[in-house]
This record gives sequence, C-alpha cells and structure tokens, in this order.
Amino acid sequence: MSEIKNYTMNFGPQHPAAHGVLRLILEMDGELVEHADPHVGLLHRATEKLAESKPFNQSIGYMDRLDYVSMMCNEHAYVRAIEKLLGVRAPLRAQYIRTLFDELTRLRNHLMWIGTHGLDLGAMALFLYAFREREMLMDMYEAVSGARMHATYYRPGGVYRDLPDQMPKHQESQWTKGKDLRKVNEWREGSLLDFIEAFADDFDSKIAEYRTLLQDNRIWKQRTVGIGVVSPEQAKAWGFSGPMLRGSGIEWDLRKKQTYAAYDKVDFDIPVGVNGDCYDRYLVRMEEMTQSNRIIKQCVKWLKGNPGPVMTDDYKVAPPNREMMKEDMESMIHHFKLFTEGYVVPAGEVYSAVEAPKGEFGIFLISDDSNKPFRMKVRAPGFAHLSAMNDMVKGHMLADVVAVIGTMDIVFGEIDR
Amino acid sequence: MSNLKYELSKDLIATFGNDVIKIEETRHGVTLVVPVDSWADVARELKDNKALMFEQLVDLCGVDYLTYGQAEWQTEGVSSTGFSRGIYRKGPGRFSWDERREESVANRFAVIVQLLSFKHNRRLTIKCFAPNEGVLSVPSLIDVWPGVNWFEREAFDLYGIVFKGHPDLRRILTDYGFIGHPFRKDFPLVGNVEVKYDEDQKRVVYQPVSIEPRVLVPKTIRRDSRYVDSMKDQEAS
Repeated sequence: MSEIKNYTMNFGPQHPAAHGVLRLILEMDGELVEHADPHVGLLHRATEKLAESKPFNQSIGYMDRLDYVSMMCNEHAYVRAIEKLLGVRAPLRAQYIRTLFDELTRLRNHLMWIGTHGLDLGAMALFLYAFREREMLMDMYEAVSGARMHATYYRPGGVYRDLPDQMPKHQESQWTKGKDLRKVNEWREGSLLDFIEAFADDFDSKIAEYRTLLQDNRIWKQRTVGIGVVSPEQAKAWGFSGPMLRGSGIEWDLRKKQTYAAYDKVDFDIPVGVNGDCYDRYLVRMEEMTQSNRIIKQCVKWLKGNPGPVMTDDYKVAPPNREMMKEDMESMIHHFKLFTEGYVVPAGEVYSAVEAPKGEFGIFLISDDSNKPFRMKVRAPGFAHLSAMNDMVKGHMLADVVAVIGTMDIVFGEIDR
Repeated sequence: MSNLKYELSKDLIATFGNDVIKIEETRHGVTLVVPVDSWADVARELKDNKALMFEQLVDLCGVDYLTYGQAEWQTEGVSSTGFSRGIYRKGPGRFSWDERREESVANRFAVIVQLLSFKHNRRLTIKCFAPNEGVLSVPSLIDVWPGVNWFEREAFDLYGIVFKGHPDLRRILTDYGFIGHPFRKDFPLVGNVEVKYDEDQKRVVYQPVSIEPRVLVPKTIRRDSRYVDSMKDQEAS
C-alpha cells in the first residue's frame, strides 16, 4: 500500500471563488484542510501613504476605492473623522441624506454578496436577480453624484449637492422602445426621491424572491448549515464586527450603540444569529436588507418634507457658491485658498468608525495642524475577518473553504488597501 | 489629574494609579500612554479587569513621528518676501530614494491600539512608543487578543517594528522579497525600485525608479485662532 502524505495546494490568486486576488496556501489531508495560510497584499496600493501626500479633501475619492462595493460608507467614516477634528457638523438634511445613502449602499453590498455567495455554492440564477436590482441602485448613485460607483459624494460639512429634482430616463434604442421603454421609465417620471420610494416599496417583494430561491433550499442548507461555526467568544477575540459578530449572537451594531448621522431618528432592529454558522450569517444579512429598506422609507419620507441646506456654511471648510464667489471678494479668497491649499485641520488624533455593510469600518487620523493628514489608518473589517481564516476552515472540506470565503464577504480593496 | 472629565479616566486611574500610565483626554476620547515595559501587562489588565473589560482589539497601527509638525512652506513673513515655492522637501512624496533624510528623533515610532468594550460600550486608545535605542521592538499582544496577529504583521511590514513574542512575524502587504519599510516618513512615495519586462533578458527585472517625485500641494502649517475658539465652544457645551 502506498504511503499517503499531506500535500500543499495553491488556491488563487486567480480563482473565481477567491473574490478578487486572494492567494490561499492550503495544506490538505485528502479532502480535509489541515492548515490555511492566506497571502494578501496583491492589491496593495498604499492608500494610507498616498493620503499623507495630499490635502484632506483629495483623499475622499480614494475611500471609494477601498471597499469598492460599499463606497459611500467608507467616505462616511473618513469625512466623520475630519469633521470630528475640525469641530464642524453637517446640517440635518445632509445627515439624513448620508443615512439614506449608507443604507442604499448596504443593499448594494448585500446584493453583491448574496449573488456571488450563491454563485460560489452553486445557485446560479440568484446572481442575475441580485444584479437586476443592483443596477437600479447604481442609477441612484449616478443621479446624485454622476458616477455609478466611485461617487466622492460626501464632504466634510455635508454632501456635495442636494438630491436632484429629476431622475434621468432611459432613451429609446433599438432594443428598448415603445411599451418596453415606458416600462423601464415607469418609476423615473418624478424626482430621485420618487424613484427611491418606488424602489423601496417594491424591494420587500424582491427579498422574498431571493428567499424563495435559497432559504429552504436543500442544497443551500447542506452547504451552509454547520459550516464555519464561530462562537461569540471567538468572534470577540478575533476582532470580528458587523454580520460576522451578529451571526454569532452578539447584539452589536454601531448604528444603534454608538449612533451617528440620523440613525437615532429612525426605527430599525438588529438581527442576530444563534449558531454562528454560514447559514445564520446568511439569515442575518437577509434580515439586514429588510431593515435597511425600512430605514430608506423613513429617510425618503423625511427628506420629502424637509428641504434645507446640505452643506455647512463654514467657508473655511466648504466652498461658497459660485455666484457669491464672483461678487464677493471674501468668498473668492475662500474659494482660492480651499482649492489651492485646502483647509487646515487642528492637531489631534481621532478614531471614527461607521457600521459599514461588512462590519466596523474605521479611520484613525492624526493631524499636525497642517493641510494634509499626518497619518491615516484604515481599519478594514475584512482584514480582521480574513485573519481568522485558518481557525475557521481547519478540519473542513475543500469545498467549504469557498463557503467560508463567501460568508466573510471579503473585498480586497479594503483588505490590501 | 484632578479635573478628569471622562468616567473612563477615573476607572483607569483607580486600576493603574498615576505612576505607570499617562492619560490624555481630548474632545474625542481618552488616550492612555503606556511605557513599553508594561505594555503587555497593562493590556492584560485592560481586558480582564471587570470595571474595564476591553474585550476586543479593534485596530493596531504603527506611526512614524518623523517630520511631525514640520511644514514645507513658510507662511510667516510672506508680506515682505512673497511666498516660497515649498522647496523644503519633507513631505512623503517629495524626495527620491537618494535624497531621503537619515536622521533619528526621540520617540519616533509608536504603536497605537483602539480598544472596544462591548459591556460598557466604551472605546479607548492606547499608545506606546518603541524604545529609542537598540532593537525597535514592542511586546506582542497576541496572548491577550489573538485577533491582533495580522495587525502586528502589518505594522512590522510597513514600519519595521518588531513584535516580541509574535509567532509568525512575516511581511503581509508588500511584495515577496520587498526591501525597506514603505510607510516610514523617510521612504519616498515613488518608492525605490520599479519592475519592467526586459526584452533582451526575456524576463521581468527590477531597476531604480525612473519617475521624478512630485507633489502638487506643499504641506502647510497654520495655527488658526478660529479653531482654538471653536474648540473652547465645544468644550463648554
């Protein structure tokens, strides 16, 4: 009989289920994983070092490119850190807009997650349904900022501009015309808020559709129940946050516990899991989508009834409008200083965190009275999650590694930075 | 230490006394400065003490305080001479590998940790300066919070801080075979080497960088009275 030895296998960096550029060195005993060693950093762009070389506002765009499926939440953490140091506050309407777009971002992220997680575990169709809705969320981003993904919409002191009164419509083409065209433009007759409202009213039925496909699906359960179990103690010790923590039964959500923006003014619940396995984390994220939709509806209602400024009137931080700039000497000086030198942030060290879709996304900022950050550190939730990879997959089968990668909802933009 | 405004600071003083630690309070929270010798002991106590219970280490990062508070652009005396062109090339993007400054300042490297207590819903920042002489090393916290593993690897990779007692201190973010610690302030933004495909040798080769270091906006320092005022307002409210 021949001798059977452990062998080492290379998973990635180019692998459809590696969610980007994860290189995983697996030590296998037959089908069982003995040891997993993730190699990260293949997407390292030194965002933190780049931020040190530019004025504060110029790094907002880099935030979008960290976790590139939940763009605005990253921006939110960064502008909050600057606002804390400066001591400026965004107007209430801007706080509501941020809350609204944070939740739209959460939907975008979770739709991406459910689509790819399903795809990894053999549920092909779900991906198409999830991306159908995600496309509309991209249109909302585009309507408000001009970009489908990398918005750079949040600014210290508020948001770049108010929500548009008109929602852009699809134009007639060879493939979309007549009845079809009227159908795709049905929700787009009014303002952006009307479009979001129509979307939100419809979205609960879409979540039900996804549930029909997965919730009681025998294959789905076989692939996720009892896989990658994390106890509450382990989740705390490994630095887990977000759905990874809540999936293990710890009721912890920064939106409620250390509230920010307008989250203290809206109603929502925190879903928690029981067993801490992949299936429970699936349930938590699905319920989070329902709760996000609840918040979106409340924000839309408030925003429709309360017009007002969306940017602070502190012209040392936010530029004055163009008419003022052309008529008023003081405003012109402000404008010139802001766009050549930027604003100076008082010395201090601050940590600000938001509940991003993946977990606690934090920015640690050190300023030395200058117009550039002295040090900026990005605390990415995925980095902590992936570092527990070895402990989570030890003793599982090779196919379960894919399930664990999916349930961590990792994106390499934020892990490698 | 009599006028502490946070409840947390009082709990910290009650636990550690005034001798070991130094407490800094800002508008944003509490920072605890710990000497490097008692770093691991203080960490253990912060986690286990019932009044503190910092169960989770959220983040660990390295900091290089070289060039802290140094501007590239002199703003004083401009009315008589005009502005300089920002020629003091101290900022991260503004010098090449050959022009980098070799100097040592006291308390240059620090490790900063963010802690979170679920039980008391509080955050705490703890900070420790790496020793000025000898090996640049700080005790590892991996026995207290296992989740610190990759964060310490990252700080080692980017700043060269050695964590004593870490079981697996390898580079994590930079390339295999990378030389230097890229986030140090004396490491140029453009880097040291670049890779390209060499047509003659038929393989990828490393060569010194060929691009010029360049930054559009020089670093400027202003201590504005308006911020001092606004901070006072905040403190009062």
